[in-house]
Amino acid sequence: MNTMTLPAPAASGGGPLRRLSDLLYTRRGLALGLLLVPPLLWFGVVYLGSLFALLANSFFGLDEFSGVVDRSQLTLANFREMLQPANVDVVLRTVAMAVAVTVACTAIAFPIAFYMARYARGSQKALLYIAVMLPLWSSYLVRLYAWKLLLAKEGAISWVLAELHLSWVLEALLATPGIGGNSLSFSRLGTFIVFVYMWLPFMILPIQAAIERIPGSLLEASSDLGAKGSTTFWKVIFPLAMPGIAAGSIFTFSLTLGDYIIPQVIGDSTLFIGQVVYRQQGVAGNIPFAAAFSLVPIVVIGVYLWIAKKLGAFDAL
Amino acid sequence: MTVAVTLEAVSCVFGSGAQTVRAVEHVDLTIEGGEFFTLLGPSGSGKTTCLRMIGGFTLPTSGRILIGGQDVSQLPPYARPVNTVFQDYALFPHMNIRDNVAYGLMVKGVDKAQRLRRADDMLELVRLGGVGDRRPAQLSGGQRQRVALARALINEPQVLLLDEPLGALDLKLREQMQTELKALQRKLGITFLFITHDQHEALSMSDRIGVFNNGRLEQVGTPPAIYNTPATRFVADFVGAANVFQGERARQLAGVDSVMLRPERIHLGGQDRARLSGPVLDVQYFGAFSRLRMDWAGEPVVVDLNPLQLAALPDAGDTVHLHWSEDAVHALQGTAA
Amino acid sequence: MRSDPNKAGWGLKAATWAGVLFLHIPLALIILYAFSAEDKSYVFPPPGLTTQWFAAAWARDDVWAAIGLSFRVALIATGIAMVLGTLAAAGLARTRFFGRDAVSLLLILPIALPGIITGIALRTAYHTMEIPFSFWTIVIGHATFCVVVVYNNAVARLRRTSPSLIEASMDLGADTFQTIRYVILPQLGSALLAGGLLAFALSFDEVIVTTFTAGQQTTLPIWMLQELIRPRQRPVTNVVAVVVIALTFIPILAAYYLTRSDEQPSSR
Repeated sequence: MNTMTLPAPAASGGGPLRRLSDLLYTRRGLALGLLLVPPLLWFGVVYLGSLFALLANSFFGLDEFSGVVDRSQLTLANFREMLQPANVDVVLRTVAMAVAVTVACTAIAFPIAFYMARYARGSQKALLYIAVMLPLWSSYLVRLYAWKLLLAKEGAISWVLAELHLSWVLEALLATPGIGGNSLSFSRLGTFIVFVYMWLPFMILPIQAAIERIPGSLLEASSDLGAKGSTTFWKVIFPLAMPGIAAGSIFTFSLTLGDYIIPQVIGDSTLFIGQVVYRQQGVAGNIPFAAAFSLVPIVVIGVYLWIAKKLGAFDAL
Repeated sequence: MTVAVTLEAVSCVFGSGAQTVRAVEHVDLTIEGGEFFTLLGPSGSGKTTCLRMIGGFTLPTSGRILIGGQDVSQLPPYARPVNTVFQDYALFPHMNIRDNVAYGLMVKGVDKAQRLRRADDMLELVRLGGVGDRRPAQLSGGQRQRVALARALINEPQVLLLDEPLGALDLKLREQMQTELKALQRKLGITFLFITHDQHEALSMSDRIGVFNNGRLEQVGTPPAIYNTPATRFVADFVGAANVFQGERARQLAGVDSVMLRPERIHLGGQDRARLSGPVLDVQYFGAFSRLRMDWAGEPVVVDLNPLQLAALPDAGDTVHLHWSEDAVHALQGTAA
Repeated sequence: MRSDPNKAGWGLKAATWAGVLFLHIPLALIILYAFSAEDKSYVFPPPGLTTQWFAAAWARDDVWAAIGLSFRVALIATGIAMVLGTLAAAGLARTRFFGRDAVSLLLILPIALPGIITGIALRTAYHTMEIPFSFWTIVIGHATFCVVVVYNNAVARLRRTSPSLIEASMDLGADTFQTIRYVILPQLGSALLAGGLLAFALSFDEVIVTTFTAGQQTTLPIWMLQELIRPRQRPVTNVVAVVVIALTFIPILAAYYLTRSDEQPSSR
């Protein structure tokens, strides 16, 4: 075979870069360390550090006279304050809303997810997928703003209901204590509707993924063994879709629990957890209390995640 | 003849504690320059790990590896004078064929015009001239394999490693490539180190074969040596069909504890001076031969018959009488597999 | 598992398309309102259509300032996130080591926990360390939750890349750095781009963490939030909203097309 002068392959010991490369090859641990140190350093210092600061501050208090945070001693005053009825109300109200939103999202999302997973094909499927994804990624505030327009007293929804002569339904709903208000755009009902709208894509996609993972042969086996459509649905499809529902519910639950913007923009003047935290750290300057109060959603979400894990949600993510 | 590759007491152990996997256990191996050497064995036998250690993709946990006399045990792949044809070909999808083939020259700093010309020459050598501008995804499996070959050979390695390169090809293509690879190796004179689990491939292509089992090298030899005088029961069973007898029956046939008898060495004959007789269990038709099983007091004996040499094949239940020559029986060493 | 679309009950189809409409009508409405001639309320149907508000929005300095700040923050935060996310992905994609799952959980946490937690945590940290609000206090928060977006895309692509490509490159004589340059980065390229685009869109739109870390500064979402609470010039807000929709659609669609083949293979 006619040869061509090739530069001799650099045995170990070519320039410093080559030596570094050799070192990284033989010492896999070192290479791994080099890769992971920057992100871990960042997350350790910035993120874990902040969370630690949050936890620490929840045990501090405000100096009575100067209003400055007193870091010299630990106190449980914040936690005692949280047990006040007004604050407990806030928590219960927020949790109740989170649960309601989760249920509603599940009910609306399921048919869409089911159709997407079982029946949509090709370009229709791509279209549906994009149709669900786009609101998910487009601006949260813009979507909120759109609902402000829709829910306004003079806005589109009122107009449609008036045209259909159903305005009395709206009046009745708005008069109901607990969910009503001056107008849809300043009521708990309105807040509920907007929450459902915002988090709906978060519920659709995991359910769709879970249903899609069900092998067709299971459904065939079910009908082969004599089950009708509805039996197959409740006994085979729904249980197997549960992890998807649980996964989606993690999003809807935790997002609702922590949101303070929607209740502020659309809600009546009753407070949600997020609003309390925001006000306390801002206007009131009471960062320790805000920190303590924000532990509540963390704990509630922790419990919820634990339940969701039991239901198999993490397999569906 | 120079020695191309030497493995001295090489072991490769993964994991630790309860999950230790001894992939390669204390292997000694010498491969001569210019030979077509095959590592043969079932999956998990250690042959692939050995190849990867020679290539540098896995580092041995003990022992030494020498290539061309140089100790390369801890060197990365790019520092070793070997090149590999991977099982999935590993062509770079984002480059065209010519750039793929020229890659090895590019990283060494060869100038563009020269390396592209050389790449085209190599493609001609593997009979793929003209596809240089296409992408790997546009080629068939057989074509991609040739590209992988060209890409490796362009670097003029001392040893070419081939990791089950023909596994993904269909039968006809595989047989064609076997012939081509063998011819190429003879023409180039480079040492080829070939991995396969297919014993037919190993027998037909190799100068020598190393048979692996459970991380150990059980036997090294030429194809006839492996086939006719297997060292252990495993090798006897793995390479070709074999009748293996142990203990009492072995002593009855040959006076040793473990023997092997190839089915094609047995022929049917009359009752007079028959070695064994018994009822037929079944007869299977394989085209070029028929395989008959006879019951020898509870143990089946397999006999391969050429149907053309018999007036009629026996039926199940018929009594047959087996004959073979003295040298057909081969004593096995090593423990039962 | 696929069934014939024609066999789906009409109820199911109706529910599906109604749901999709529910998702998109509000957005369509905003586009309509940007042309509405009414400037004092959100009356429907709009009394007339006009394009005058686009000019009015163009002239608003505060809008431009907000866009500028959001843009700069998103740019830097995305840059940081791309570096950290790629490094993390390279470290975690195909390795097994003690604590690996904990590390991937850590990366996801900023997005998994509600924004208010991340926000108040950072706020508390800044307060405790007596760090004043600045451009960088915003960027640090944004970079932290954008990492996971880049990380996810990079990991998905790395997992889809055959490891033998890296081995082949080294076998042919390329060392670690050459292999990164000639094989790994080209393979990762479009996934990184997609991750960067998504991170940019995420940062540009983020409001909750930003309100806790921005102090007096106004990013575009903060500007919109202020308008939502105390509307000043409604039509201008409508126009800005339409512009935001347009601006965010593009990177999302682009990212989708860049990584379409990386998704889980679904039964087609």
